[in-house]
Amino acid sequence: MANLTPSGASISRQSLADRIAAWGRHHRFVSQDALLRLLDTPLAAITTWIVVAIALALPIILYLLLNYAGTLRQDWDGSPRISLYLHSGVDERLAADLTSRLLLRSDVASADLITRQQALLEFEQHSGFGDILNTLPDNPLPALIEISPVATDGGDIRLLVASLQQEDWVEEVIYDADWMLRLFTMLELAERLTLTIGIVLAVGVLLIIGNTIRLTIENRRSEIEVVKLVGGTDGFVRRPFLYLGFWLGLGGALGAWLVVQLSIGYLSGPIERLAQSYRNDFALRFLSIEETCLILIGGSFLGVVAALLSVGQHLSRIQPQ
Amino acid sequence: MLTFDQVSKRYPSGKEALSGISFAMQAGEFAFLTGHSGAGKSTLMKLIIAMERPSTGQILFNGENVNRIAHSRVPYLRRQVGVVFQNHQLLFDRNVYANVALPLEIGGHRPSEIRGRVRAALSKVGLADRENHFPITLSGGEQQRVGIARAVVNRPSLLLADEPTGNLDPDLSRDIMDLFLQFNQVGVTVVIATHDIALVEQLDKRRIELDQGRLRESKWQT
Ligand SMILES: Nc1ncnc2c1ncn2[C@@H]1O[C@H](COP(=O)(O)OP(=O)(O)OP(=O)(O)O)[C@@H](O)[C@H]1O
Ligand SMILES: [Mg+2]
Repeated sequence: MANLTPSGASISRQSLADRIAAWGRHHRFVSQDALLRLLDTPLAAITTWIVVAIALALPIILYLLLNYAGTLRQDWDGSPRISLYLHSGVDERLAADLTSRLLLRSDVASADLITRQQALLEFEQHSGFGDILNTLPDNPLPALIEISPVATDGGDIRLLVASLQQEDWVEEVIYDADWMLRLFTMLELAERLTLTIGIVLAVGVLLIIGNTIRLTIENRRSEIEVVKLVGGTDGFVRRPFLYLGFWLGLGGALGAWLVVQLSIGYLSGPIERLAQSYRNDFALRFLSIEETCLILIGGSFLGVVAALLSVGQHLSRIQPQ
Repeated sequence: MLTFDQVSKRYPSGKEALSGISFAMQAGEFAFLTGHSGAGKSTLMKLIIAMERPSTGQILFNGENVNRIAHSRVPYLRRQVGVVFQNHQLLFDRNVYANVALPLEIGGHRPSEIRGRVRAALSKVGLADRENHFPITLSGGEQQRVGIARAVVNRPSLLLADEPTGNLDPDLSRDIMDLFLQFNQVGVTVVIATHDIALVEQLDKRRIELDQGRLRESKWQT
């Protein structure tokens, strides 16, 4: 009988260190147990992981692409620029003359002459195709004058463009801001769309994991009741489900990481070629250790939050009868 | 250690399961709770461990007001009370050992201590050789004894047993009663709800009798 004498509140006799050790032991046991139970139904586990992985990977890939597009914007200083390509008949002296005349205009802030020679040099530097030009008997590039307008308003700039087009020494006027601005508006739209998609999918992940946890709570109902009957605290009862959320989130994040890395590998070739055509040396690189950690931590965090929400909603309803 | 003061319990269905119950138990006492089926025995026990809350009246256990106990304190109250449930309340996906170990795991005891105490409790109820069996493979009486082992493994100061001999033959019933008497002898306060009047009359102990939710007679002994 000595082994079973009453102690009343036996819990109070344990030292703090004992209790911390017990707490750690329980966490270790419960986290392993949650994973093992999850793997007990591999099909259900993998399905949830894949769904979560796709929901996480999509906004990450969109974000990376936007990041790339953002570097295009950085290259552009934001001021609209007009390029005047000169007739081949215009010689260098006349070109310089025209440039200074343009500078005198009140609607022109700056005008820079790029001679045929300079244009050729620049092309050689940036494209690496200089050799091809050298095989040509003559420099095919026209001289141009780059103008930045005083006006910032699109309508006023277009008026200037129209008046310059009238000049008979002008071969062609190219106003880059037009399509740049349109591109940037589209980028901003894409950014907001990505954010929206990200939020919607994050909520989706919360619902998916939350629902899996709700079903698990339902399946383990009698166990929850018995644990509550013999003195399990809310924290004790909640713990397996929080770990389940953690594993679902972490597994999903790992899957997302894999999907993102594969997508980067698949997309990087075309992206690099595209970047080069914009004289931009951006390359889509694989996710770094830091970014990997961020994705894994973010995914497991999302899983735990989903579990907390689901557990808060469903666990208190289960009371022993 | 346990006081009921004018306690009534009306279920949401409108059924008044207990009305105006008052009695007190001293630490170390042993009492039978008797009465016809539906008299309110299980309800009374559920009130003590806050599975149900009284409609009116007051319940004091070890100086704590059970009817006003905070939700977060309920688990600690339940750790001080060992309960043998009428419907066993065993976990059918865990073996006998794990079922009995549950209160100790919840209490955060060391694995070595858990092992020792579970073995001791199981041998007390004569199930030492069944620790790896699953409850579903046990008879009703054996499941009952697993429930008893789980109720005492945490060394509670109060032991409640709801029909602990309901599924047992007379010999085994007597053994189980002796077991409760042993617990009582080392200081555990014991309350046993039972139909088994023959057994109650064999033992000259205090008897709290319920009739339609009312206290009919309380026979004091010792
Ligand atoms: N959850 C509940 N909701 C409504 N009524 C209930 C509930 N639980 C018990 N009752 C009613 O309260 C009365 C007392 O029930 P209780 O279970 O306490 O009786 P008992 O004395 O334990 O009976 P038995 O010996 O059959 O186990 C019964 O009439 C029962 O129908
Ligand atoms: Mg009953």
